[in-house]
Amino acid sequence: MDLILFLVFAGLAVVAAINVVVQRHPISSAVSLIAVMGSLAVLYLLLGAEFIAAAQVIVYAGAIMVLFVFVIMLLNAGGETKAGRSFVASLLGVPVLFALLAMLAYSTARIYPRDPEVHFGGFRGGTAEAVGRALFTTYLLPFEITSILILIAIVGAIVLARKELE
Amino acid sequence: MMGHVPLSWFLMLSAVLFSLGVAGFIFRRNIITMFMSIELILNAVNLTFITFAYQRQQVAGHLFAFFVMVVAAAEAAVGLAIILTVFKNRGTLNIDDLDSMKN
Amino acid sequence: MQLWLIPILPLAGFLINGLFGRRFSKGLVNTFAIGSVVLAFLWVLKTLFGLGGMNAVYTEHYFTWIQSGALTVGFDFSVDRLTAVMLLVVTGVGSLIHIYAIGYMAHEGGYYRFFAFLNLFMFFMLTLVLAANYLVLFVGWEGVGLCSYLLIGFYFDKKFATDAGNKAFIVNRIGDFGFSLAMFLIFRQFGSLDFAHVFAQAPAAPVGLLTLIGVLLMFGACGKSAQIPLYVWLPDAMAGPTPVSALIHAATMVTAGVYMTARSWVIYTHAPIAMDVIAYIGIATALVAATIGLAQNDIKKVFAYSTVSQLGYMFVGVGCGAFSAGIYHLMTHAFFKALLFLGAGAVIHSLSGEQDMRKMGGLRDKIPWTFGVMACASLAIAGFPLTSGAMSKEAILLAANHHAPWIYWVGVFTAGMTAFYVFRALFMTFFGKYRGEAHPHESPPVMIVPLVILALLSLGGGFIKVPDFLRSVFPAVEAPESGALTAVAIAAGLLGIALAYLMYVYKPGLPDAVANGAKGLYTLVYNKYFVDEIYDAAVVTPLVEGSRVVLWKGVDAGLIDGAVNGIGARAKGIGQVLRLAQSGNTRSYATWVAFGSVLLIFLMAVLGGLR
Repeated sequence: MDLILFLVFAGLAVVAAINVVVQRHPISSAVSLIAVMGSLAVLYLLLGAEFIAAAQVIVYAGAIMVLFVFVIMLLNAGGETKAGRSFVASLLGVPVLFALLAMLAYSTARIYPRDPEVHFGGFRGGTAEAVGRALFTTYLLPFEITSILILIAIVGAIVLARKELE
Repeated sequence: MMGHVPLSWFLMLSAVLFSLGVAGFIFRRNIITMFMSIELILNAVNLTFITFAYQRQQVAGHLFAFFVMVVAAAEAAVGLAIILTVFKNRGTLNIDDLDSMKN
Repeated sequence: MQLWLIPILPLAGFLINGLFGRRFSKGLVNTFAIGSVVLAFLWVLKTLFGLGGMNAVYTEHYFTWIQSGALTVGFDFSVDRLTAVMLLVVTGVGSLIHIYAIGYMAHEGGYYRFFAFLNLFMFFMLTLVLAANYLVLFVGWEGVGLCSYLLIGFYFDKKFATDAGNKAFIVNRIGDFGFSLAMFLIFRQFGSLDFAHVFAQAPAAPVGLLTLIGVLLMFGACGKSAQIPLYVWLPDAMAGPTPVSALIHAATMVTAGVYMTARSWVIYTHAPIAMDVIAYIGIATALVAATIGLAQNDIKKVFAYSTVSQLGYMFVGVGCGAFSAGIYHLMTHAFFKALLFLGAGAVIHSLSGEQDMRKMGGLRDKIPWTFGVMACASLAIAGFPLTSGAMSKEAILLAANHHAPWIYWVGVFTAGMTAFYVFRALFMTFFGKYRGEAHPHESPPVMIVPLVILALLSLGGGFIKVPDFLRSVFPAVEAPESGALTAVAIAAGLLGIALAYLMYVYKPGLPDAVANGAKGLYTLVYNKYFVDEIYDAAVVTPLVEGSRVVLWKGVDAGLIDGAVNGIGARAKGIGQVLRLAQSGNTRSYATWVAFGSVLLIFLMAVLGGLR
């Protein structure tokens, strides 16, 4: 059962990711990205990360991607044009990419025969209680700092995006 | 075997998503699309964190992923504001046209 | 005894006149300048009387100048009989010349500067004479060279004067190089530069080393005392004012070489080859310079070559072992040569600057006092019996004959030529008809009185028995008194006088006839054997051109500047290449980042960092 779930949603994630990269108009890429995030949320559940899965859907797919869509609609820039060129990117880009993928694959595949098996319920420590407990004890300082970070981001975004005073 | 997924497959998936994100960043010219590729990369990394949290049976990985999400949110807000400003000033969303740092 | 006062008094005169003299009246400048030298002379007298017999060396140690490793050099003065003679000559003749210069320089610009430099010279010369070790002597040696340069180039707006000053200094420098090498060897062998130490250990040193030291010291003396091959600066030095020629280039500075070699007699008596070298150089110089003096028309040039020739005689004395004879001739030469120069200066002064003897003549009646004193000096240098010059020259010739008879015969021949050219000058200047356009007038008493004193010394100075006085200083040389040899020498002198009379008074057309008859020889001699031209072509031009073309343009501008600029250009070039990476294109940057990270992961995998 877990295997089928994994295969379905992993496949969906990969297809959607390819779509993100391949589509001409940004709005299509944005919608595909939402699909990726949704699939990943399911996979998080499989891995026992209940809280994170919920956060993924609410924050990532529900807030950030909405922001993206709004900006795309605001700018109304249209699809991508063919202008501009980068020598380096076209020459080195593909080989580097293949190399990257190969490296990463190699590192992950090394543990293949001995890796533990994942099944739903194999990890029960991802509950909101567990996450909250860790957040407010061990990781209190980063928590506070990120709150300030968010404040700064809010202020920055407002300053940057407002209309100039006449 | 049935119903069990090897852990390395999750890592493999993460690697694939990461590479796709890098490819999107290198090969696309629209700024917003490049930004979304970055979000894809961040998601891939999140998956890795969660996977290792499962392997180690610790919740710390979840916390990492949580903070990544928070920072990605802040970054998306500010980054999109910048993109708006750039579009207002330069009128283009093509990254190759934004090369005033040349030489 | 306060020996230090002797040089310090003129130094004080230099400082006062040098710093403040611009605002002084002439009288005030004179007071300081002449006063300091005369006071120094009086102090010398007081010191010498105070020391009495001077059978031992009296030394005063002031302070340790250099203390470095094994080398300890103190600033010491010492006085013995040799020093006494030198001190008296320098301060005595120096005082007379200072007094004379009051009159001579009365109409010249830079009055205070002249006397300041003259005082400075006295300071250095006295330091040289009083020195108790080679290094302090060298300080004085260099210092007099400096003053010579300053005073030769006194008329600094005339190029030939400044060129002459440069030439003097540079040629002296070449000699100083030999002196320096000698000092290095002395220190290396004897561990000290003090005369007392060196001369005590010298007899035990290897002969070859002593010979080398002796030859090198002589090389230094050749520069300072204008011997072959470094004499070329002295004739040109006549560009300076005449008192300078008299004091520095006749009486004192040029004798420093003779003094130094005489002082080092311990080294020389143990290195016979070096002594022979000195004697040969001396006699050769005496001969060659005398031949050149025969054909010169500038009165000062005649006396300049005469000085070179007479210095050669002094070195013959030193080289033949008769050190005291050399010093004896040094003293008498100071008298009559200073007189000759000062007298020539009086002649030039009375003719308002004319130096060419062809434009003189018949001045005997117009400036009788000048004629009188010049005649005394000429008799002395020609070796007229009983004059000071005759007695000192006799001492040298006898010693030369004792050492190697051929030197004696060459010396006699040269003595004849000496008499000839001096009386040629005398006759051309004072006899016959006046050939010039000026209005000759007698010089003022302030110039005449010193001349008279010097004339008396030239005639009677021979009775100051210097060789006897110095017998306790130098080793004895048993040159037998020989009436025959002395008579031959005197005869040669008289023959020279007679020949000069014949050619320049009795038959005035004779000199031109002789010159035309021996045209080639005459041209050669008149042009000083083209030595200056040879030096210029062989040494100076290659040096200057080589320096300019090879060292300056080739090495400095080409190599060194090229290398430094090349590095700059290379850095710039590398920068130009690296600059291309800054394309401003974000995607290329991203590609490079990805590339770098791939590389890192690869390295980690290879080096075993991946678990």
